Amino acid sequence: MAKMTKEEVIEVAHLARLAITDEEAEHFAEQLEAITNAMELLNELDTENVEPTTHVLEMANVLREDKAEPGLPRELVMKNVKEQEAGQVKVPTILD
Amino acid sequence: MKLADKTAAELQELIHTKELTIADLTEKTFKRIEELDSDVDAFLALNQEQASSQAAEMDQVPFEERGPLFGLPVGVKDNIVTEGIETTASSRILEGFNPIYNATVVEKLRAAGMVIVGKLNMDEFAMGSSNENSYYKNTKNPWNLETVPGGSSGGSAAAVAAGEVPFTLGSDTGGSIRQPASFCGVVGMKPTYGRVSRFGLIAYASSLDQIGPVTRTVKDNALLLNVIAGHDEKDSTSANVDVPDFAAALTGDITGLRIGVPKEYFAQGVGESSVKAVKDALKVLEEKGAICEEISLPHSKYALSTYYLIASSEASSNLSRFDGIRYGYRTEKAGNLLDFYMNTRSEGFGDEVKRRIMLGTYALSSGYYDAYYKKAQKVRTLIKNDFDKAFEKYDVIIGPTTPTPSFKIGEIIDDPLTMYANDILTIPINLAGVPAISIPCGFDNGLPLGLQIIGKYFDEETVYRVADVFEQATDFHKKTPHIWEGAAQ
Amino acid sequence: MNFETIIGLEVHVELKTDSKMFSPAPAHFGAEPNTNTNVIDLGYPGVLPVVNKRAVDWAMKAALALNCEIARHTKFDRKNYFYPDNPKAYQISQFDEPIGEHGWIEIEVNGEKKRIGITRLHMEEDAGKLTHTGNGHSLVDFNRQGTPLIEIVSEPDIRTPEEAYAYLEKIKSIIQYTGVSDVRMEEGSLRCDANISLRPYGQEEFGTKTELKNLNSFNFVRKGIEHEQIRQEQVLLSGGVIGQETRRYDESTGKTVLMRVKEGSDDYRYFPEPDLVDIVIDDAWLERVRSEIPELPDARKARYVSELGLSSYDAMVLTLAKPISDFFEATVDAGADAKQASNWIMGEVSAYLNAEQKELSDTKLTPEGLAGMIKLIAEGTISSKIAKKVFKELVEKGGNAEDIVKAKGLVQISDENTLREYVTTALDNNPQSIEDFKNGKDRAIGFLVGQIMKQTKGQANPPLLNKILQEEIAKR
Repeated sequence: MAKMTKEEVIEVAHLARLAITDEEAEHFAEQLEAITNAMELLNELDTENVEPTTHVLEMANVLREDKAEPGLPRELVMKNVKEQEAGQVKVPTILD
Repeated sequence: MKLADKTAAELQELIHTKELTIADLTEKTFKRIEELDSDVDAFLALNQEQASSQAAEMDQVPFEERGPLFGLPVGVKDNIVTEGIETTASSRILEGFNPIYNATVVEKLRAAGMVIVGKLNMDEFAMGSSNENSYYKNTKNPWNLETVPGGSSGGSAAAVAAGEVPFTLGSDTGGSIRQPASFCGVVGMKPTYGRVSRFGLIAYASSLDQIGPVTRTVKDNALLLNVIAGHDEKDSTSANVDVPDFAAALTGDITGLRIGVPKEYFAQGVGESSVKAVKDALKVLEEKGAICEEISLPHSKYALSTYYLIASSEASSNLSRFDGIRYGYRTEKAGNLLDFYMNTRSEGFGDEVKRRIMLGTYALSSGYYDAYYKKAQKVRTLIKNDFDKAFEKYDVIIGPTTPTPSFKIGEIIDDPLTMYANDILTIPINLAGVPAISIPCGFDNGLPLGLQIIGKYFDEETVYRVADVFEQATDFHKKTPHIWEGAAQ
Repeated sequence: MNFETIIGLEVHVELKTDSKMFSPAPAHFGAEPNTNTNVIDLGYPGVLPVVNKRAVDWAMKAALALNCEIARHTKFDRKNYFYPDNPKAYQISQFDEPIGEHGWIEIEVNGEKKRIGITRLHMEEDAGKLTHTGNGHSLVDFNRQGTPLIEIVSEPDIRTPEEAYAYLEKIKSIIQYTGVSDVRMEEGSLRCDANISLRPYGQEEFGTKTELKNLNSFNFVRKGIEHEQIRQEQVLLSGGVIGQETRRYDESTGKTVLMRVKEGSDDYRYFPEPDLVDIVIDDAWLERVRSEIPELPDARKARYVSELGLSSYDAMVLTLAKPISDFFEATVDAGADAKQASNWIMGEVSAYLNAEQKELSDTKLTPEGLAGMIKLIAEGTISSKIAKKVFKELVEKGGNAEDIVKAKGLVQISDENTLREYVTTALDNNPQSIEDFKNGKDRAIGFLVGQIMKQTKGQANPPLLNKILQEEIAKR
């Protein structure tokens, strides 16, 4: 497994939408490198024929009947919204 | 009359004999919190006004309509959503967040007539083992205010240990109920995954998270689990299985019970005091008729790495919704959308959260998915198989909850790996999804130590029975921290 | 052209369930902004999804109708990306175990049949709607968030814009027959993205593809692809290279415009959705859904040809839209001759709907009304010309043809003596026309017929009138 470089940290932070300074990136890189090194321990194990576990309980087909319930009143939708306009939620524009 | 050391049954007795009303109890609870919490810092938000008016109404309810926890105060970890009570998960990114719905467990507490007194401090988004990762405050260990209460449910454990409230709810993803319960000398149960609805629990790692009760005694713990357990149609991973009366399982009889003692839980890194306390505890249980045998859970040493990969991966996705658009903290510094996202999130999250988001994002990213995330999921299967195999022969598995007792605030906060190692004995249980409890089993320099009893899937009853037998045979749960002595309430 | 165009289409279809894919909020189009949502759609902290059973049934139904193999074990995954219309910052979708795979449909272009493969059909949730205001911010309406979607991905088997058009028409038609969606592009319940690349003829390897978005009608899909293939050809011929891009079709200029350059492949960090458990489809479930699929357009088409004697082309046009096809069948059931019913529906009915921009259901026309009118023509009670008047009544005011004909006195004049009187009068009044006719000007007959039709308000039986006119003119 690869070590996590500072550049990778910056890339990953961008993917996760976290702004980090160069200094922070360096600090995180050090810590994350130590962590990913520890993760390498798993390579000792041969898991070729092992099924991955997503759920510990064997459950299937948990389904809901198609019954609609009324939507929330708009004032509740907007209760925690900081900026709104004309019943819609306001966000800064996309600038590529 | 001091109420802090009373059990549910004792409080109900006082209420039934009219020596105490629910309104008095509620008032005294808030007084005790007022008195002690400036030192302990367990609570974030208090619900005094609503609780008081609710309590007065509840006193009017006829006795025959009341359940065993009716009118009793309960504190709720701050990652459990409470309508009308600020819920932050101890993060700046949810500062001022006012939920518009209740978690299923909160609805269940209300239906049982419990009085919600407030929200409890925690590590931000349940990521941490010391409560030092809260954006708002450091909760202290009532046994020694210079040490940590553990985490992430540190507030839940400390509030009970300080006698501020007899019941709290915590959540446990890798040990977040059991480790603080151990550090604070209280009883903390992580039920089987799927036993308690997660609807309304702010997700950290969805496949591992589970809500559970924290109390001073085993019986009270079982009573609180009775209230919150059960299938919920709003949670697809909640199990549709019968809920027994957990309190009824406390028969006092463990004759012939087979206990597996995993040698890996006493290996290097586990402190002498923990090892000794657990070995003494096993002797007590043997005297009560149980049979102890050493076993092996061979993949234990891989649990920590497996956990951090799975939990961080799920967290990186679960925490993506915090973007300042629909609720929560919103940056002031943003011209365009990208800056808006980046600034909101980096100003809103603390370092440990960022670290795990980055680790998880990395583990899921293309090129690394198989090597990290999928690999961890496969090892998870091996760890689960260890437990399945052991439970073919044994009724419970017992070991220490944590390698060491509590440590000083600030001591290891800058060393993530050492901090993570706190959870090496609790993490495998979450990976397998089985239930486990931590109960007090000794002290090291005045700091509590915890005994971890692990059960089969959906067999919390046996776990409680063993825990109760041990509790009845010992008096660790009767010991109280020094801060109790000066308290008026 | 030196290049072969390779086209693959990704079609999104909204299922018309009552509630959302993972929440009980209403899934209806057209409500006031932010009134059809709940805490689950809004991605509130702590909420969890629960799968809508009917959405799974319907996805399976669509997959079966498109000849897909149904996965006996399927699951949901998270697709992670940040966007304001995506409240959780992940979309619950299906990654490596879609509910349907390896399907196909048959299309027909210029009489040539071709099979287009369907790589996969998977279930997912729709996003909210983002509107750009143009003054530094955008507005989000979360009503659409969580609406059940199926995404149908074709194999890169399509070679021309016409094939792409035919493929879309066919997909729309089949889905419409299954009843799981309104498939209305104008309401967004059917959406299409196109992947286009060029390669020199004979080369096996595909060229770099661009993705074309913002295709708001079937015609724009055709035009967008047409333009994009020309653009790529020009780039390649001038020695340039095609970039991995997302492009947008600009309806006003008819050109494709760069939206963004794809850097590597987008890293969506798919992983299995831990909040949902797997779906296991057994024989009983599969067969129940299969039994609910009605007769599909291809089967109907074959039946119209073999049982009703329609031409293959007519049968194809009639079966394309289910409401039309259903109307046709009901008209035939009400006693109309199939060929006549087909002619009227493909002719007058369809011309009327096009001109008025209406759906059949918006008119007053009933299958019984149309069948009654066709019978009156067959019996000679009204002429085809009169029938057009009757049709206008039927389509605008409803009722039955016989009553209209009676009330308006539109019955055809087929009495020989009566007609002969009209003819005699007309010939008496137009000696010049007789002269012209005798001088070989055939047009004169037309003029005379016109005069008589005017006199009879168009009710003269045309063949009979013609016969008598010929007889009378010969006598002069």
